[in-house]
Amino acid sequence: MNNRDTYAIIFFAIVAVAFIFTAFNAPSFGLMDADDQPIDRPMDDKIIESAQEEVGANNAVTSVVFDYRGFDTLGEATVLFAAVAGVIILFRRLKK
Amino acid sequence: MSGMSKIVKTMSAVVFPFIMIFGLYVIAHGHLTPGGGFQGGAVVASACVMILVAYGSVWTMKKIKEKHLSIFESLGAIGFISLAFFGLVFGSAFFYNFMANTQGFLGIFGDTVIPASTAADINTAGLLPLMNFALGLKVIAGLFAIVLVMAYATNKSKGGDKK
Repeated sequence: MNNRDTYAIIFFAIVAVAFIFTAFNAPSFGLMDADDQPIDRPMDDKIIESAQEEVGANNAVTSVVFDYRGFDTLGEATVLFAAVAGVIILFRRLKK
Repeated sequence: MSGMSKIVKTMSAVVFPFIMIFGLYVIAHGHLTPGGGFQGGAVVASACVMILVAYGSVWTMKKIKEKHLSIFESLGAIGFISLAFFGLVFGSAFFYNFMANTQGFLGIFGDTVIPASTAADINTAGLLPLMNFALGLKVIAGLFAIVLVMAYATNKSKGGDKK
């Protein structure tokens, strides 16, 4: 095992611990309070109330995907771009 | 792979425009109805893949090269990124929707929505339709380029016929 593998394993362990720690600290799904109402989720209420006024779109999902969480869509587009570039590079040699 | 039988070719040519129109509708109405750039782009790309399967990869490669598809995909990506940067220039933040509710910015996509209404006014939502177009172009070209290159390359490596 060379140095690079050691660094990779250490980095992987740090990231894994961070993810597991975050997963255990995340709020649970579907929790109800004493009156059997969903517990307060400020982001949900904010987006549902103000998406139509702020973004001006009737589709709240699209206003989240393209406006409130635009970086997420940018990441998706980057993944697609990387996939296309990889496939074209891989199969370029077979074409000849 | 010189394509399938004449029946399959004719039927796929008949169905192709309807699938294209549906996919473009999903892209163009991304801010009003379920769907958007990714979903509509996948629909249009699958219509193109249907033509590719029916007519064969060599025939399709004569009509459109994967180089042109790469250019279209890059144009979509550049459009998406530059729209996001326009938010930084004209607005206050990256991905800021500076065209929403303005009425006057070139007169497009600037109408306001009455809260809690479900009326489908396509002239709303500012940057969202433009981003949907850019992402739709990117997804169409990207997905079709993947399938086209794989089909053509495997056909060549198996020593498929030249027709």
